[in-house]
Amino acid sequence: MENQTTLHPLLGRLSLDAIPYHEPILVATFTMVVLGGLAVMGAMTKYRLWGPLWRDWVTSIDHKKIGIMYMILGLVMLLRGFADALMMRLQQAIAFGDQMGYLPPHHYDQIFTAHGVIMIFFVAMPFVTGLMNYVVPLQIGARDVAFPFLNNFSFWMTAFGGGLTMVSLFVGEYAKTGWLAYPPLSGILASPDVGVDYYIWSLQVAGVGTLLSGVNLIATIVKMRAPGMKLMKMPVFTWTSLCTNVLIVVTFPVLTAVLAMLSLDRTFGTHFFTSDFGGDSMLYVNLIWIWGHPEVYILVLPVFGVFSEIVSTFSGKRLFGYTSMVYATVVITILSYLVWLHHFFTMGSGASVNSFFGITTMIISIPTGAKIFNWLFTMYRGRIRFELPMMWTIAFMITFVIGGMTGVLLAVPPADFVLHNSLFLIAHFHNVIIGGVVFGVFAAINYWFPKAFGYKLDVFWGKVSFWCWVVGFYLAFMPLYVLGLMGVTRRMSHFEDPSLQIWFQVAAVGAVLIAGGIGSMLVQFYVSYRRRDALRDVTGDPWDGRTLEWSTSSPPPDYNFAFTPRVYDNDTWTDMKRKNYLRPVKDFVAIHMPKNTAAGFVIAGLSAATGFALVWQMWIFAVLGLVATVGAAIIHTFNYKRDYYIPAEEVVVTEAERTRILEAANV
Amino acid sequence: MSEMVLDPAKAGAHGAQDDMPFHVREHHPENGTLLGFWIYLMSDCLIFAVLFIAYAVLGRNFAGGPSGAELFDLPLVALNTGFLLLSSITYGFAMLASQRAKLGTTLVWLAVTGLFGLGFLSLEMFEFVHLIHEGAGPQRSAFLTSFFALVGTHGLHVTFGVIWLVTLMVQLNRHGLTEANTRRLMCLSMFWHFLDVIWIGVFTFVYLMGVLP
Repeated sequence: MENQTTLHPLLGRLSLDAIPYHEPILVATFTMVVLGGLAVMGAMTKYRLWGPLWRDWVTSIDHKKIGIMYMILGLVMLLRGFADALMMRLQQAIAFGDQMGYLPPHHYDQIFTAHGVIMIFFVAMPFVTGLMNYVVPLQIGARDVAFPFLNNFSFWMTAFGGGLTMVSLFVGEYAKTGWLAYPPLSGILASPDVGVDYYIWSLQVAGVGTLLSGVNLIATIVKMRAPGMKLMKMPVFTWTSLCTNVLIVVTFPVLTAVLAMLSLDRTFGTHFFTSDFGGDSMLYVNLIWIWGHPEVYILVLPVFGVFSEIVSTFSGKRLFGYTSMVYATVVITILSYLVWLHHFFTMGSGASVNSFFGITTMIISIPTGAKIFNWLFTMYRGRIRFELPMMWTIAFMITFVIGGMTGVLLAVPPADFVLHNSLFLIAHFHNVIIGGVVFGVFAAINYWFPKAFGYKLDVFWGKVSFWCWVVGFYLAFMPLYVLGLMGVTRRMSHFEDPSLQIWFQVAAVGAVLIAGGIGSMLVQFYVSYRRRDALRDVTGDPWDGRTLEWSTSSPPPDYNFAFTPRVYDNDTWTDMKRKNYLRPVKDFVAIHMPKNTAAGFVIAGLSAATGFALVWQMWIFAVLGLVATVGAAIIHTFNYKRDYYIPAEEVVVTEAERTRILEAANV
Repeated sequence: MSEMVLDPAKAGAHGAQDDMPFHVREHHPENGTLLGFWIYLMSDCLIFAVLFIAYAVLGRNFAGGPSGAELFDLPLVALNTGFLLLSSITYGFAMLASQRAKLGTTLVWLAVTGLFGLGFLSLEMFEFVHLIHEGAGPQRSAFLTSFFALVGTHGLHVTFGVIWLVTLMVQLNRHGLTEANTRRLMCLSMFWHFLDVIWIGVFTFVYLMGVLP
């Protein structure tokens, strides 16, 4: 409490000491960020892009644009999160014996915390949310989501939450607690500085965005499906999205509540999780994992859907076992809520409790295994095309099975007592998250990119990226399994035993290869943009797709579909093509659409500013920020004119242009 | 598999026009606001669930400090409960008036509801200040931490409910019982009754069971 008596009345805990100008790594990074930022801003001013950026993107409530913005956010944050990974791999490859490496422990600890938080919350989450946002309304034949303004607001909450994390790099510091910030380490006694507060408030701001986007997509899928699309006729990606968003809604409130409790402990000296006055730190660990375990399924379920779409498209066959796929997804959704304790078998809950959670954990592998077999049987006797999305899918099936099996190993409580907190665990979850989520997102990007931008991605650079990633992954993480079995624990910045060093060096080589994979992907985007005329997709259906998103143009018009489709079959678009569907070319009507608004950006920005003030305990600004946030929200509710009609004439022009392009391409 | 597929030519029974077997000329999807708001309320319910869990785990950790039996003033809390339950009834009257399209009556009942809400909040503030003055503030023990968090979060919700209520009254006054406003009235109704249900849980588990020896 002593630190509170010396608070500056306006700036709170913030002072010049918070700027890390004595850390050369951070100063260099900051210089690069400033120079890069100035270059981008200069270019935008020169080409007069600020207006279009504001009108067409920042204030856009079009689910397609918001989806793309989520993907860009994920990509940018991937670069930051991966820079952290490279720094850790380099440190661990050299810090042996007398050599202490280049990162002092207090810096190293911030890096592994930031790496975990960023990769989960600001890379994987934006990626899957972006995919769902872009694809789900198109797959169900809708023109937007149920609450378009809320969608824009959710995105900006996520983006500003990520921004708050990035600010901690240059103003103050980040948490040194690991990505879940267990107390008492994250309590005020062990972590008196602002790191944990940055952690809490960036996740609170982003968490609101995630929760609202979950509510939004559930309502969208339940209420806005095209006529004829019964639940059991929904594409599998839409099904997995539905389950994922149900999980978001039942878990993110738990995260919000538990982080609020932690911040009360830290700021006001309450006793939820303290070691004295009756607090209980294991309550925190239980609650955070009640969110945390379903979270990994929130990430992986949508990509299971992605793989289902891709396997069936590129095998030229209907998905094998659609019904079992849906039931497997639902069973995973339910079971994911019943396994959280396997993250801390070592808490000592006793044999019966540990057995229960060990068994539920192992049971999850049954529906997951069913999915793998469904994909295999879909490929069996299919006419398989090894395009990039299919390559990522096959890499996933092999890699994910290995990760799944090490997961079942860890689910055995006695084995877990040995492997808990070891590098074996690190290897396991990277195996499933990279081999599952990341490979799935890359498969999805290669698959849906032509839909979003109107041209395919370059195959050569896509293959370079693929092989760098896959080989790099195995080189980087298989050594960690070995080290973990030898008993090496996680989160170490220095080792004594020189015989371990070779394994860390191999892992570092793997990380460098992955860096090559990321770089190749950026080159792939650039090359594809330059070659966009050669790679153009004029039909809107570049892969001979099976679901509704391929029935409209690439990129789709603002209104997605000139007429709402009528659904008779699971693979609606295949069904339409088989029945010699003819694209309607006349009798267009005006289309009812939501209007853009700046409210989401403004309210989210004010929330993040309030979060910043709370981190530094600038109470005056915090109160002002809260009042301004609520005030802006209230002002927004006074806006009753939220929609407009795209006139029929405009639809006629847009559709006539498509007719012309299709005729020119002779299809 | 094709035999499972409806032939579009025969799909007339499903309402397809013959000239457009694959499309609907004008499609108006259902409004999802009430469903979305209900889902949001369930997520809010989980925040309270976590706070109830914290109270269940920590509620007897007095750390040598006062217990619920020593602190709680049941008649005061009973009065407070009465305020909140009555406010739910008066909100119900406001909804009935709005369905009969009587704007004035609706506004009156909403105002009464808001006054009951304010009464509830004042009594709660009184109770909190009193406890803190007795040295039984949230920092005293894990029991009091979890008590203040649970009851305080509920109070914060009621506060936001009152702010919303006032905003909505202004909007009703300005635009009348339009479709959008009726929908908002329904959402606030769900929110208000939801807080009532939560309070019944708080009253039972925190106050009534808290004074048990």
